[in-house]
Amino acid sequence: MQVSFTRRRFTQVLLAAAAMAAAPLAALAGNRDAFKAEETDAALKALFGDKPVTAVDDLEFKVPDIAEDGSIVPVTISTDREGVKSISLLVDANPNPLSARFHFMPGAATEFKTRIKMGESSDVRAVVETEDAIYVATRNVKVTLGGCGG
Amino acid sequence: MEVKEVKMRGRLKGDEADIKCLMPHPMETGVRKDLDGNLIPAHFIETVTCKRNGEVFMTADWGASVSKDPYLGFKVKGAAKGDVVEVSWVDNLGNSSSGELVL
Repeated sequence: MQVSFTRRRFTQVLLAAAAMAAAPLAALAGNRDAFKAEETDAALKALFGDKPVTAVDDLEFKVPDIAEDGSIVPVTISTDREGVKSISLLVDANPNPLSARFHFMPGAATEFKTRIKMGESSDVRAVVETEDAIYVATRNVKVTLGGCGG
Repeated sequence: MEVKEVKMRGRLKGDEADIKCLMPHPMETGVRKDLDGNLIPAHFIETVTCKRNGEVFMTADWGASVSKDPYLGFKVKGAAKGDVVEVSWVDNLGNSSSGELVL
């Protein structure tokens, strides 16, 4: 009786610990839904629920005014706002607007530079998530040659 | 696929490192067609993990609209000479790769 109780308890604790360890990864995996959204609003809802989104312009958000080649549009986003947990990048006119979401551990430099595909001219959004609020900055990129290869 | 290593370059300035990576990858969206008119299946990097001395400081979830052979630039705060910066990725088909740089 004593042995089976101990083994059962051990298994329970192990499973609970495994579930807790997997939780952050599961949370990240769960957000793949946002990548399937076909409108920016739906993607933001999938990411942040009904949290209000405030328009800001106090961050570095560099994109070209005109992109000759929509398949490689350079984007730089950097913010020195405190407590930033994630920065997401969305292209309104893309079939699936959410392009990337970067997660930052405390103390990490909250910035990145990458290149994205844009199918056509569009507004592009940098969405900064802190513990308390969601902030969005918008830029517009004119695309000469669409980058989705269709 | 032929999985290739992540190529990294970096410069340490004071206690901050400026890192640039190139991750060879087709980043297929799944909507392109080949010359016979068949859809090329979606094949793209889904997660990127960045570590300094084995500790994760940044991760990224990507969609297929990140460009082919993704370029990624980022900074490492509190960096020191000898630090190992590692960038690894996993794609939607389960392939993975990584690269590392010693500052």
